[in-house]
Amino acid sequence: MSRLGLRLLTSLFFLSAAVSPVTAQPAAPVSEETVHEVAAQLRCVVCQNLSVADSPSEMASQMRAIIRDRLAAGERPAEVRQYFVDRYGEWILLSPPRRGFNLLVWLVPLVAVGVGLVTVAVLVRRWTRHLRDHRPTRVDVDPAMSERIRREVEGE
Amino acid sequence: MRRLWRWLIPLAVLPVLALLAYGFRVDPRDIPSPLIGRPAPAFGLATFEGTPLSLAAHRGKVVVLNFWASWCQPACYEEAPILERNWREYRDRGVVVVGVDIQDRREAAEKFVREFGLTFPNAQDLTGAVSVDYGVYGVPETFFLDRQGRTRFKHVGAVTDAVFRANVDRLLAEPGSP
Repeated sequence: MSRLGLRLLTSLFFLSAAVSPVTAQPAAPVSEETVHEVAAQLRCVVCQNLSVADSPSEMASQMRAIIRDRLAAGERPAEVRQYFVDRYGEWILLSPPRRGFNLLVWLVPLVAVGVGLVTVAVLVRRWTRHLRDHRPTRVDVDPAMSERIRREVEGE
Repeated sequence: MRRLWRWLIPLAVLPVLALLAYGFRVDPRDIPSPLIGRPAPAFGLATFEGTPLSLAAHRGKVVVLNFWASWCQPACYEEAPILERNWREYRDRGVVVVGVDIQDRREAAEKFVREFGLTFPNAQDLTGAVSVDYGVYGVPETFFLDRQGRTRFKHVGAVTDAVFRANVDRLLAEPGSP
């Protein structure tokens, strides 16, 4: 092997070592905001309905450290998220992705609101039609009777 | 039309009841692991005695990887003697039990190991990296790895003799080329 080839190989080795997330040193400071942004999407696995960002548990703080390390190693937030999904399944995501069976979760409330609006519209129309059809008709009362009613009401 | 509506409203309750019946029967903690059938994540830890403990060192063996903690009462206390007993029984047949202690204090964990006289390798996962790699969400959880180093079964809760034997015997029966 030529010297150039050898040198190329060594530099390649060091390059790949630098890229690999395990051996990489923090390249750029990771903002706590980005860590929080990723952590807020993940379910704290030892809690009930808390995100990794909000939980004070040890497990959550270890997970935040792992998020920070992976971001520092150059991973994008979406890749860090995917790392957790690959280990825990989609269960780890606080909001289920909008595809497949999960779409039900997103669509059913919209459909329910739609059905509710239609139902209300139909009922309101039916009630108003009912009122229109049964508007009190004028009753013909002879003038003497009408005069008597007026007097008795005002006389009170 | 009117008669239809009279039936439609009680009928609309049925899907909701069905959903609730399903929801309340399913254990929300019983989540299928996406790792099953995939290569088990590699790790390198040090045992309490300070010897290196890695998965790679046990390639070709059936590995029973147990995540525990000294504060995990009573499940971890129930399974510790069972793990130790089965490890002694199976160790000469190409089976290794590996314990990983998570979210724990060292003194408490060492006391646990001493109390149960555990002789299989046990290591502390201080950063949580190994437990997250395995998608662990509680203790105890136990993974059964085949000879090719793939995660094959996951057991949540205390391991019993029956669970240990059933899973390990199944993996031992497989024709495995180390």
